[in-house]
Amino acid sequence: MKKLDYPFSAQAVRELKVGDMVLISGKLFTGRDAVHKYLHDGNKPPVNLKNQIIYHCGPVTLKDKKGKWTVTAAGPTTSIREEPYQWEVIRDYGIVGVIGKGGMGQKTLDACKEYGCVYFHAVGGAAQVLAERIKSVDGLYLEEFGLPEAIWELSVEDFPVVVTMDAHGNSLHKEVEASSKEILKAVL
Amino acid sequence: MTKKAVKKKASTKVSPKKMVKIVKKLDGKQQTMESLIELIRITSTVVPDDVFRTISAAAKNEEKNSIADYAMGIIKTNIDLAKFKSQPLCQDTGTVIFYVYHPAGFHQTPFKELIKKSVTLATKKGYLRQNSVNSLTGENAGTNLGEGHPSIHFYEHKGSEVEVKLVLKGGGCENVSAQYSLPDTTLGAGRDLEGVRKVILDAVHKAQGKGCGPGALGVCVGGDRADSAYYAKKQLLRKLDDKNSHKDLDKLEKEIVETCNKLGIGPMGFGGKTTLLSCKITHANRVPASFFVSISYMCWAFRRQGIVMNKNFAIKKWLY
Repeated sequence: MKKLDYPFSAQAVRELKVGDMVLISGKLFTGRDAVHKYLHDGNKPPVNLKNQIIYHCGPVTLKDKKGKWTVTAAGPTTSIREEPYQWEVIRDYGIVGVIGKGGMGQKTLDACKEYGCVYFHAVGGAAQVLAERIKSVDGLYLEEFGLPEAIWELSVEDFPVVVTMDAHGNSLHKEVEASSKEILKAVL
Repeated sequence: MTKKAVKKKASTKVSPKKMVKIVKKLDGKQQTMESLIELIRITSTVVPDDVFRTISAAAKNEEKNSIADYAMGIIKTNIDLAKFKSQPLCQDTGTVIFYVYHPAGFHQTPFKELIKKSVTLATKKGYLRQNSVNSLTGENAGTNLGEGHPSIHFYEHKGSEVEVKLVLKGGGCENVSAQYSLPDTTLGAGRDLEGVRKVILDAVHKAQGKGCGPGALGVCVGGDRADSAYYAKKQLLRKLDDKNSHKDLDKLEKEIVETCNKLGIGPMGFGGKTTLLSCKITHANRVPASFFVSISYMCWAFRRQGIVMNKNFAIKKWLY
């Protein structure tokens, strides 16, 4: 088990390899479909994303009577929907990590290599295990997109992920896709 | 008190008999909503026993200290934690699908209204995410209500009680669900059970880890495009360890699971031994010109539950 601690950097993530199980501690920003399209359309992000990690997640959130937010469920959403946009966000805003599920495509993989970024796979559906590792909600941006689609600034401790696309052009998704395809061919 | 007021009060006085009726009716509404909210809470936070058993058994097959083993460990911890904290297993609480079985003479319209109110209240309580979006405007009302949502199906049955089943179907697994039209020349899939087998395997391969595997399939062979998809999804109401009464389909169900678990896709697509937990297949007649096979993929966070209501609409029994 490896550890990745805040502040993050392209240099630190370049040391990670496909298959590494990593515990992340520090800051995460959620961002999914609406946020990615917003950035792609040329709008500036409401927070500086340089050297930050973006988390493809639309959490279940509750506000208490004092107006304080808590995240009660926060697993990853399918990342491939952001494939048309992710490489640009990596290039233009300097993010060094993407957390999601299901993996991403060649454009993102290339951007990871070129700019120094890693794709971390969280266990899909494990919303409680992951929400437990969120220690505080530090900000809420672009609330107008609806709560699941907004940017949530979160502090996490030992957030469990697996590197499935590294900054060296390797992708576990490509490997598994190809090896399972061979087996499929044999049984079809 | 003025004379006028006294008179008015007298005129609106309700007979005790009628009052009892009204109170009973109100109680019925209140009780129905309480039961429905409890159904939503349990469905969102606890996997049914049959799913838990299947996942636990599968977890033992993974190689120790592999990524697959690690993922299955997190999945099991998540199941325990969601139940303990009474919070959603997965943040994507999905399309909310009700299947209501009722006796003859039952009034569907008021029950539908109570379902909607319960869904909104369950959302406020955090059992459901604000998850329903207007497809044209992108607006999320935050209530989980809107055109076509929640999805509610009514069936008249012979029993004297009302049964409500609920499935919460997440978007990730819905996105990898598929419909094939046979013959499919690229897969070499003809219009027979062998062709059906091929397209199901292809769908599982295409899904990789994107549907939050290990998954469970509901399949329908035949029907028109709409019914085929509907019946496929309805197969998700079957317990994972049941047996198909149709001999050939039972055999095919087992074969699909066995073959898929040789593909090496594994939990979350990390590689590993468990790719599929179960496969349930039904069939519907088709027109000679069409042969659709619909595959509904359900994630490991298989949220399905059901209740039998007593005559006062309290929960009498859990179905799974």
